[in-house]
Amino acid sequence: MDYFLSEEQEMIRDLCRQIAEERIKPVRAELDEKEEFPTELMKALAQADLFGIIIPEEYGGLGGGCLENVIAVEELSRACLGVSTTYAASFLGAYPVILFGNEEQKQKYLTQIASGEQLAAFALTESASGSDAGSIQTRAEKKGDEYIINGSKQWITNGGEAGIYSVVAITDPNKGARGATAFIVEDGDPGFGYGKKETKLGIRASATRELIFNDCRIPADRVLGREGMGFVVAMRTFDQSRPGVGAQAVGVAQGALDEAAAFARVRKQFDKPIITFQAVAHMLANMAIQVEAARALVYAVARFIDSGAKDTSKVSAMAKVFPTDMAMQVTTDAVQILGGHGYMREYPVEKMMRDAKILQIYEGTNQIQRNVIGQELNKEYGRKK
Amino acid sequence: MKIIVCVKQVPDTANVKLDPETHTLKREGVASIINPFDLFALEAGLRLREQAGGELQVLSMGPPQAAEVIKQAIEFGADGGLLLADRAFAGADTWATTAALAAGVKALGGADVVICGKQAVDGDTAQVGPGLAMRLGIPQVAFVKGFREVDGQSLVVERQMDDGFDVVKLPLPGLITVVREVGEPRPPSLKGKMRAKKYQVPVKGAADMGLDAAQVGLAGSYTQVVEVFAPQASGEREMLGGAPAEAGAAVIDRLVQAKVIMVGS
Amino acid sequence: MALIIDKELCTGCGSCVDECPFEAMELKDGLARPNDQCTLCGACVDACPEKAITLEEVQRASDERAASHRGVWVFAEQRGGRMPEVVGELLGQGRRLADDLGASLSAVLLGHQVEGLAAELMALGADAVYLADHPGLALFDDDAYCRVLAAAIQQYKPEVFLAGATSLGRSLIPRVATAVSTGLTADCTGLAIDLERRLLLQTRPAFGGNIMATIICPQARPQMATVRPRVMKKGPHEPGRQGELIRLEPPAGLTPATQVLEVVESLEEKINLTGADVIVCGGRGLGKPEGFDLVRQLAEALGGVVGATRGAVDSGWIGHAHQVGQTGRTVAPKLYVALGVSGAVQHLVGMQSSDHIVAVNTDPNAPIFKVATYGIVGDLYEVVPAMLGRLKELRG
Repeated sequence: MDYFLSEEQEMIRDLCRQIAEERIKPVRAELDEKEEFPTELMKALAQADLFGIIIPEEYGGLGGGCLENVIAVEELSRACLGVSTTYAASFLGAYPVILFGNEEQKQKYLTQIASGEQLAAFALTESASGSDAGSIQTRAEKKGDEYIINGSKQWITNGGEAGIYSVVAITDPNKGARGATAFIVEDGDPGFGYGKKETKLGIRASATRELIFNDCRIPADRVLGREGMGFVVAMRTFDQSRPGVGAQAVGVAQGALDEAAAFARVRKQFDKPIITFQAVAHMLANMAIQVEAARALVYAVARFIDSGAKDTSKVSAMAKVFPTDMAMQVTTDAVQILGGHGYMREYPVEKMMRDAKILQIYEGTNQIQRNVIGQELNKEYGRKK
Repeated sequence: MKIIVCVKQVPDTANVKLDPETHTLKREGVASIINPFDLFALEAGLRLREQAGGELQVLSMGPPQAAEVIKQAIEFGADGGLLLADRAFAGADTWATTAALAAGVKALGGADVVICGKQAVDGDTAQVGPGLAMRLGIPQVAFVKGFREVDGQSLVVERQMDDGFDVVKLPLPGLITVVREVGEPRPPSLKGKMRAKKYQVPVKGAADMGLDAAQVGLAGSYTQVVEVFAPQASGEREMLGGAPAEAGAAVIDRLVQAKVIMVGS
Repeated sequence: MALIIDKELCTGCGSCVDECPFEAMELKDGLARPNDQCTLCGACVDACPEKAITLEEVQRASDERAASHRGVWVFAEQRGGRMPEVVGELLGQGRRLADDLGASLSAVLLGHQVEGLAAELMALGADAVYLADHPGLALFDDDAYCRVLAAAIQQYKPEVFLAGATSLGRSLIPRVATAVSTGLTADCTGLAIDLERRLLLQTRPAFGGNIMATIICPQARPQMATVRPRVMKKGPHEPGRQGELIRLEPPAGLTPATQVLEVVESLEEKINLTGADVIVCGGRGLGKPEGFDLVRQLAEALGGVVGATRGAVDSGWIGHAHQVGQTGRTVAPKLYVALGVSGAVQHLVGMQSSDHIVAVNTDPNAPIFKVATYGIVGDLYEVVPAMLGRLKELRG
């Protein structure tokens, strides 16, 4: 369907599709099998300027918005969600700097992210603090012109691979949600280290590690925004990034649909291609409807965010929850259509199904997203009375 | 470092198929592409520029539409280019081609390193690179598969040979032709694509470079194609019967007849 | 310089449009017309059933070299004192061309301390050997080799000059042809003489082997060609055959322009399946790992690489890098020979767009026969030796 993209947006889509076809597809199975970080692919994405999409032009980027981002993420996800997660996580780490960084911080960090010289990462989750973000334990104490950070962050995408980390820690335990602050931590800062690389069900090309802060000392000018704004930074970041997760879902589901439809056309049973059987055709039809509906939602929300709209939490959550639930269903159905073939690693759809599951979990579970939407509905209808 | 990469626009021969009935080439919808080996030359040039700094220009000879391949090179990161387009250039063999390209290199102000793909997929001659080096009076290393050292005065390269490879030091200015192993071409870049869209490809003809029409194109060529014919191909499927020894010999004969296997004539 | 279309003769049949390799022919108002893509290759001239298309004759300055040059020369490539097989093949073919022309056959040998090879060249048919033996020629350098060869050509004026289309030959010879200002045809697979005009008719594949072209060099001399290895027939080997040894004097102070720092011999098998023109693939029907020896022999004889089915790879008979098919890779060579391959779907998907497919299998119902250009039902251990034998016979 034609989404009336600009010339530049089409250029991004075509380039990402080309890289996905020529570079990612041939290696995705091997990266998955070996749980190997896609270093070479990240270099290719950097050479293609794709790490600059959402970075303002004055910092070496292309100055694109949410829609440019979702277009790129969708195309990469169509080939491999592990690779697109690695790519998108760098932007997740960059958003706090884009939204709240001061001029010096932007100059220093965004230029490195835009060129692909450094990957970025975002660190909020802890072992005892998942959906309940307010319960984080990592402490940052100001001593002179430094902060001393202690604690750990769990399951951080790009952990150990990134050079730049946006980290949320508690600066004032008495203030609750207003006592958290966002910091930039660099790879190599004293007292900053990594735990072991996690082994995962899916997105196995992406690297997930624990971040360990053991009297980690950083200069005081690494604060993003002001002290106490930590959760604001996190929430505003997620408002921007959630449609990106939705785009990942649209991409992987489209990839699964592509595989399933192509297979159903050539696979013959009872002397007929199985796509001519209504049971299969209807499954494919439902998959196609769901994918297109999700894409329409993601693009619409991305455009809404790019318009400068203020209250985007509700629609942003919608653009995450609907596509990701859809992707789980569509990838599962794709495996079903391929039957025994689909269950084998010989074909790519079982990987897509394994990969898709994380989308319902990370960047706020789909249950939490529904809470957000419910709270917003409550507010909205409260006002209408 | 001044780098010039020579590129050629070619028909996408990989997708040219024989019509099993008429035994002629099916060319409907055959796209024009940048010669695949020239993408490796471009990649080699971009890597040299990354290491040594400087600028990278692309040079092509062809019809006006060949400006596309120069734009494409800009998408990959080339700084600029020059297209040699003139009816007088048409029908050139490698001798006449190198006459025009040598003039083109000079028109671009010369180069420290000239890089060509090992051959073009339409002609498969592999003669333009070495011929151009001779025209320019500079040393050459053909079939380069990797770089060992790069500095302003010389390149140390690995040259692919039939029995292994040589490590060769090439003083600059010099010319290399490169093979696939030199490095996988990078993807085009978004900024390059945006630049390419606006880029006006400079075009020069024979007279612009002080070349006489008799020196270039078909008139300036020593060789001449006297016959073009399709190799005999059978579109049929055939089961070869008889004793295994007879069938084995017969299949070789069929393949020789279809010019799939070459034996002396 | 132009393509001339006779409007009276042209019927607008479109034969030239179909035949043009450059999409440069169009039909306009019922008549053929070339566009800017035209390279004057002449394919349309031969294609026109009405003989309505001609290439305007080119007036070239007459070249007195055609009258003054005589004799056939073969470049005796050597590396480290070893000559590749193609040298013998060139002497075999050179002998036939020289006999047709009523001329002598010479070899030209460059290197350092390689004089010992001269006797072998004479045994292979050279009437004379031109030898340049110099420390500056010990290791291959295009510039130094080119200077010596160009000087020899200018001094002794051969009419025909052949070299192997090897890596060394394809690097050096285009430089030499440019240095002596003559034409050169690359990678020839057929050579013949037009005696009336004393022209070398040089035939070679073009367009990725989709068409064959015959090329001449009407005026300039020598007529130079590089010749594809494993195509021409070797002549008889006559040890003790006598010939003349002529020493070339390389210029004083000859030094190579490039410096060979290291020569690395690498016998590692090249398994670039996707880029290969010929693939010989073994399947489980080989019955045993040693079966791949026969696969290798045939691959070698055909100038191809060894492929394998998943079954053969899973059986541990050969490395995974050789696997063709879904999880391996898709290939489309000009020639695909399937030995003991049944043709599982994944395998067929990976290779069925090959131009020519030869299948040998004992099971007449094997699916591979459905995609095979030529199928042989039989024991590959009998069929393949017959194929090798026939190849050897044809190549002499």
